[in-house]
Amino acid sequence: MSSPSKRERDEYRAEASAWFEENVPAQPDFMLPLTFMEVGTDDQFHFLCDWQNRVYEAGYLGAAWPKEYGGGGLDQAFQDIATEQMRRHGSPIMLNTIGLSWAGPLILDMGTHEQRERYIKGILSAEDIWCQGFSEPDHGSDLGNAQTRAVRDGDEWVINGTKIWTTHGNYAKYMILLARSIPDTPNKYAGLSFFLSPMRVPGIEAIPIRKLTGEYGFTETFFTDARIPGDSLIGEEGQGWAVAMRTLEYERSARGGQAGGLSIKVPDAEEVVDLARRARRSGRPAIEDPVVRDKLVELLIEDRGLGLCGARQRLAPLNQERPFSLGLSSKLMQTEFIRRLNEFAISMQGARAAYYVGDPDAIDDGTSQRSYLNAFSATIGGGTSQIQANIVAEHVLGLPKS
Amino acid sequence: MSVRHGTIGLSEEQAALLESASKFCRDKSSIEAVRRLIDDELGHDPAVFEEMAELGWLGIAIPEAYRGAGLELAEVVPVVEQMGRNLMAGPFLSTTLAAQAVLCAGTEAQKSQVLPELVAGTPAALALMEPHADWDPKNIGCQAVRGEKGIELSGTKVLVTDAGVAKWIVASVVYEGSPALVLLDAEAITACKRRRETVVDETRRSFQLGLDGVSVAEDALLDVSLVPAALERTELAGSLLGSAEMCGGGVGCIDSTVAYLIDRKQFGRPIGSYQALKHPTVDAHLGIEQARSHVYAAAHTFENGREGEIAVRMAKAHAGPALAFAADRAIQFHGGFGFTYECDAQLYRRRALWCENQHGDALYHRQKLASLIL
Repeated sequence: MSSPSKRERDEYRAEASAWFEENVPAQPDFMLPLTFMEVGTDDQFHFLCDWQNRVYEAGYLGAAWPKEYGGGGLDQAFQDIATEQMRRHGSPIMLNTIGLSWAGPLILDMGTHEQRERYIKGILSAEDIWCQGFSEPDHGSDLGNAQTRAVRDGDEWVINGTKIWTTHGNYAKYMILLARSIPDTPNKYAGLSFFLSPMRVPGIEAIPIRKLTGEYGFTETFFTDARIPGDSLIGEEGQGWAVAMRTLEYERSARGGQAGGLSIKVPDAEEVVDLARRARRSGRPAIEDPVVRDKLVELLIEDRGLGLCGARQRLAPLNQERPFSLGLSSKLMQTEFIRRLNEFAISMQGARAAYYVGDPDAIDDGTSQRSYLNAFSATIGGGTSQIQANIVAEHVLGLPKS
Repeated sequence: MSVRHGTIGLSEEQAALLESASKFCRDKSSIEAVRRLIDDELGHDPAVFEEMAELGWLGIAIPEAYRGAGLELAEVVPVVEQMGRNLMAGPFLSTTLAAQAVLCAGTEAQKSQVLPELVAGTPAALALMEPHADWDPKNIGCQAVRGEKGIELSGTKVLVTDAGVAKWIVASVVYEGSPALVLLDAEAITACKRRRETVVDETRRSFQLGLDGVSVAEDALLDVSLVPAALERTELAGSLLGSAEMCGGGVGCIDSTVAYLIDRKQFGRPIGSYQALKHPTVDAHLGIEQARSHVYAAAHTFENGREGEIAVRMAKAHAGPALAFAADRAIQFHGGFGFTYECDAQLYRRRALWCENQHGDALYHRQKLASLIL
């Protein structure tokens, strides 16, 4: 497929812009989550399912996924344009991000034709919400040591164990589940298998966990003799670790193929500059303070640098020596930057930095405070920054294992 | 266009030069050669410089009319980057920048005379800095006045890189109340009072130039109306190429540090297996990766007016601290050996100090950026 011309892209952009302009819903009378990870009430859930479905029906989600499974069959450039228009028009986030950005691309990549037919369209339409069962209470960063058991029994697998930090655990219809089907393998990774597991079967219980912001959005998920169909495997039995690693590449954006769509709304660097014009320190606009100005410029340089690193990935001669460097480090760089950006946004607010969401005097209703605290979900989830640094050290620089 | 987004691209010529320069600089500038040239009075190997001229690298960004290749500074970036990576010495950068100044503000006669010489490998230098140590290129104390012997010069230039070998030097002066650039030929250079300076980066050769009593012919003045633009362009060109050199240095520094972290064992393990060392090494690597993205974006946009200026200043503001951090940690992670003259980590740290203070440090460029983008 040849890449679309500038004219084609401009036309598509104009159409998408007009559609979002017209259709982005008004703010409801309840607070919407900043990211797909903070969906904590039924009101939020139904509102966001409905919105995702409308975006999909309009063609602005999964635009680059194959037509035969429910996608739009277009070039990726078009989906990128649509996602950018969502952001520009203040669209609420796409609820089903785990389906759209990691389970979906994984199924398209490694699933069978039947699995793609069964799952892809529901992911896009938000009929089927997905969650992820990787971390366990005792095995977070050490994912390869997961102990949830899967035992074959006739036509079914019987699952026992506990997963944690399950985003949408209480709403999901399906889970991508990493479990141990072969006990006592000499190599801990060899005993793992990967399942596309239904969630609405007896023996699965999801208990919401409250987050540091006070919001909900994920659960601790208990499996007690939960029976799932025998054909739930994706990949071969015992190859779950490789499938999980592939999934994490999608999750960390080290590999493309996601359905697109806005999954988080965090203040970007330009919005922080705008905040600096409105916030006041020592009786004058923060942006007049030379120290604030210097720091803002520093953040804008870093912000642009991160974008340029993404663009540089496509220029092969500039990535020859360490070809995986930019891909494997983007999660680490991006998420740590966003955390620091939000922290700085709070620091510009003078005494009003002490307010939080809900107070009438909080600047922008405490968005910076809430975003800063929420930013840890990205520096911890999907492999902590410290694990990411190990990955870059070992797989990019070639340093020995810790 | 949003201040958040830059654009990056890579020309075929850039890619080809990256490949050939990478090999050339590795072959010609081994760490042993770098060390040997530090102790050499001249400080570089003239045969290598001649080869670079033969390869056409001194004429990359010079129009074909003056026997150059007619490309842009963007294509010089990969060459300088690879020189930086191998700590390569020589008057390549000085000659390239002096040529850009002549190209920008020289009269037709000056361009026709000087540029083909520089393309062919005659070293040249830029003399902009003065004892006041202000990076603003328009803050000039040296004077040029019309007198009996032609244009009579006075004042002192400092930190003139490669003035020891330069056959042409472009110096900034004030003439009739305005900033001016004057072209010193070999005779005028000989007439200057020259003192070799002791500088932090020992791979460099830097000189103080006393202009008192030196005079030049009237036709040595560059076109005064073009001088303000030339001074600005020189600062940006120097910043772009300096950033490229720092990025290369950063890659070289990280490669050598990583090799040591793998090789060196303590408590029965390679020290690179300790997260206290590996995580900051990753930070250093990613700092350089971002700097490299900025540099290639700055190269790509260099000729785009204000956008180019923003991109270049961002590159310089990022690359300096990035190399400084990488080299600072390199010294620390070498332990006791890192404290010795023999350890190469100091070469990179000294290089970082030198480059950071050419054409404005990070704070200087951030201050300029604040007015440009906030």
